[in-house]
Amino acid sequence: MNAPVKIETTLKDWETDQEVRWCPGCGDYAILKAVQRTLPQLGCDPTKTVFISGIGCSSRFPYYMETYGFHTIHGRAPAFATGAKLANPELDVWLVTGDGDGLSIGGNHLMHVLRRNVNMQIMLFNNEIYGLTKGQASPTSREGTKSPSTPIGSYDHPARPAAFALGAGARFVGRGFDVSKNLPDVLKAAHAHKGAAFIEIFQNCIVYNKDVFNDFAAPKGAEDQQLWLQNGEPMLFAGGAKGITLNRETLSLEVVDVADGDWEGAGVIVHDVTNRSIAHMLVEMPFGPFPMALGVLYDDPHPTFEDAVVEERKKASEGKEANLAKLLGKGQTWTVSGTAQDPV
Amino acid sequence: MATAATAPQDGLPASPEAIVVRFAGDSGDGMQLTGGQFTLSTALAGNDLATFPDFPAEIRAPQGTLFGVSAFQINFGSRSINTAGDAPDVLVAMNPAALKVNLSALKPGGLIIADTGAFTKRNLDKAKYAANPLEDGSLAKYDVLAFDISEKTIEAVKPFGLGNKDALRSKNMWTLGLALWMFDREREPIHAWLKAKFKSKPDIADANIAALDAGHAYGETAELAGPLKQVHVDPVPTDPGLYRTVTGAEAVSLGLVAGAQLAELPMFFGGYPITPASAILHHLARLKEFGVTTFQAEDEIAAVCAAIGASWAGQLGVTSSSGPGIALKTEAIGLGIMTELPLVIVNSQRGGPSTGLPTKTEQSDLYQAVYGRNGDAPMPVIAARSPSDAFEVAIEACRIATQYMTPVMLLTDGYIANAAEPWKVPDPDTFEPFPAKFLTEKNGEDEEGNPTFLPYKRDEKGARPWVKPGTPDLMHRIGGIEKHELTGNIDYSPDNHQRMTDLRKQKVEGIAVPDQEVALGETSGKLAVVGWGSTYGPIHQAVRRSIEKGCSVSHIHVRHIWPMPKNLGDLLRGFDHVLVPEMNTGQFKTVLRDQFLVDAQALTKTSGQPFQIAELEAEIAKFFDGIPGNEGGQVPANDEQLPSTEM
Repeated sequence: MNAPVKIETTLKDWETDQEVRWCPGCGDYAILKAVQRTLPQLGCDPTKTVFISGIGCSSRFPYYMETYGFHTIHGRAPAFATGAKLANPELDVWLVTGDGDGLSIGGNHLMHVLRRNVNMQIMLFNNEIYGLTKGQASPTSREGTKSPSTPIGSYDHPARPAAFALGAGARFVGRGFDVSKNLPDVLKAAHAHKGAAFIEIFQNCIVYNKDVFNDFAAPKGAEDQQLWLQNGEPMLFAGGAKGITLNRETLSLEVVDVADGDWEGAGVIVHDVTNRSIAHMLVEMPFGPFPMALGVLYDDPHPTFEDAVVEERKKASEGKEANLAKLLGKGQTWTVSGTAQDPV
Repeated sequence: MATAATAPQDGLPASPEAIVVRFAGDSGDGMQLTGGQFTLSTALAGNDLATFPDFPAEIRAPQGTLFGVSAFQINFGSRSINTAGDAPDVLVAMNPAALKVNLSALKPGGLIIADTGAFTKRNLDKAKYAANPLEDGSLAKYDVLAFDISEKTIEAVKPFGLGNKDALRSKNMWTLGLALWMFDREREPIHAWLKAKFKSKPDIADANIAALDAGHAYGETAELAGPLKQVHVDPVPTDPGLYRTVTGAEAVSLGLVAGAQLAELPMFFGGYPITPASAILHHLARLKEFGVTTFQAEDEIAAVCAAIGASWAGQLGVTSSSGPGIALKTEAIGLGIMTELPLVIVNSQRGGPSTGLPTKTEQSDLYQAVYGRNGDAPMPVIAARSPSDAFEVAIEACRIATQYMTPVMLLTDGYIANAAEPWKVPDPDTFEPFPAKFLTEKNGEDEEGNPTFLPYKRDEKGARPWVKPGTPDLMHRIGGIEKHELTGNIDYSPDNHQRMTDLRKQKVEGIAVPDQEVALGETSGKLAVVGWGSTYGPIHQAVRRSIEKGCSVSHIHVRHIWPMPKNLGDLLRGFDHVLVPEMNTGQFKTVLRDQFLVDAQALTKTSGQPFQIAELEAEIAKFFDGIPGNEGGQVPANDEQLPSTEM
């Protein structure tokens, strides 16, 4: 959401005096900095900004933001955020969750906050592992992940956060990764979107699931595997040498080579952030045969929940007087005067 | 039913002090509606009353079955009524199953009104009757008035061109008409109600009115020899003023609205459908003009979490459920205690454990309310004793929550939630406002003497400041992790956790609670009967009767379950014995023992039905061997006692 009045702040204004307690080298540091760098650029007002989180490494985030913050209970942050937003729709709400918090214990709430379309930014830090409980497989862990709870390798099929969000009815789906220089752009787009904006942020857990995203997110050398989506721009990657096309017979995406920059000739499609069908294909696109789709995958605003609630309350109150004495004496009543009783 | 000496009766007395009527039929027969309208007409006639709706968990259980029987009992009289009555004087049975399920409750010599049209072979089979009880002489000890209500209803609504099936839907109105005649009641308010209810279907309204009038006319003209005769119950002398009937669910809703107004706060209500608590969500959803936001959440957990989120943002967060839902909310309630935010949790208790008996009443969530959380998590608990009492108790819950920055649990139960009683409409101006205060400026100094904000600096009540997000210069973070006693920053240090645990405990223990008064009887003596919640009515009447017999017994009814009134221990120690009747296996008894080291004895009941006066009276009598009329510590047998009679 756009802050109504732009406030001049610097990165420092968004830092708290609290010692950051993530493991040295954790991807969360980079995300924290990206957020603290982005908010001044957006002119956000720390007073009206709230960070709400559940439980887990990512959910410590609010303690490090010089804003109002609420570190709640495991998985339920979307419900707290919904209540806070309905109570004060002027708050600029950021929700911080992880793959365990948001997709396992809190999957239900995440689904409902998305389908209701409560105006907030939802950052899901996906590290494909339970960090704070010391490394158990999470709902996004890849099949075969060896962990203390899955010593021979996990065998449940991983959830895909972006596909989950879109399936739940999200009107904004973005993706980035912790150390990406483009992450602030995704955050800005999410903030500009009025409604629930879901951002999956791949985050490197250097202790329990180190470098699992290196194939596309390594600090250097993995750029060719990143498909940065730009609205109105062709879906090109690998320095423009490759692109994504739509096979109109099988209704599926394919990777094509692009020779001499002739992407049109190669049939590369242009990204339209409002195209929900293509968005479904992008979130389903398997990494490996395809690059990792990053940036704004989908952005098509819809009326928000809090607007509907405020509007309903206004309509329901129209022409009605909030007179408690009258309310108490409503319905079928009678008066007692001495012994006679008369219906009124 | 003035005295116990008149049994066995010859029909109903012409002018009883109190009378108990039970309407029973199939869940699709509209018995709750019939009962509700009869209640209204009774209130309009100036009688005091109490009702007990008793219906199955199934919405439309298969027709004619025993488990599909729905009943509505009303006790009304020309003097103060506190319970729905023990045994009915009149049983209206709309089908064989209704007769079978309810007959055992009927007072010997009581009147049965039965619809012969529904006593078909098929319905008799479904009710597992080998022979028609209306014909086989098995009802000899009762008065029976059986005639074809179904046929008479069809006849009455014939002019409206309804098919038989639709016509039979008015059976309950025909029966209500007869009841109105029997007890000399006005029909006009019911006419008006039917017209309003079927505003868009005037034909249906007219058909129902015709059925009602026909039932009434039947009583008037047929005035049969024998049991059917008019009974007149005098109005009860009451305080002058405006009255209405109110159910517990309505009273809780109104009390919450009033409480929010007195706190000068908008209210946020997070709910999730559950029996018997949903009615509160339904009532509040229609009161948006009072600054009420209702949010039907995706589950019980989200409902409480959203309410806490709203409290954090500066509204009065409220959530409501029944036992299973409260269990789900428990972790979030712990967070409310840890972050010290106001929250009102209404628990309309029902039979448990697990899904238990969704539509039946019980008081078995007391441990859950007082103790049922992880960690040392003290929380105030208060209980309503009757439908109308729930209004004041809800206001009290809002007061404690906002003044002490704490979640509060308000206990009602299925009986209170659904039952109706007359209520003298209170004047909202007579309640003392307790405006919530929000901190807007820094409240402390740092080590260098600079102004700083301390989110956990407490006031004289031990409450921390409430700060709305959006307030300049007071940004801070809260959460479920143990926090420093002043700054609220994460602090796991041993001394700090010890202090914070103590401070949370002291705050709740220090809540100002009025001294416990004695509801009936002396402030010391041989026996104190101590109750809480919806047992108020039966305990009160049983104690009254026992006192009249000469027993040294008092009734103490506790509203503030936690923290308890400071004088309660001394008060209880003034009695030789303490008896605690509860609709559970003795939970409050245990709390009393723990808190005051008194030898409280439990009297428990978990049948899903409220206590009867007679069973409490019998239990009290055991303490008073040798009192005249009570030799051997026994009350006379129930048959002689006419248990529905409140003395």
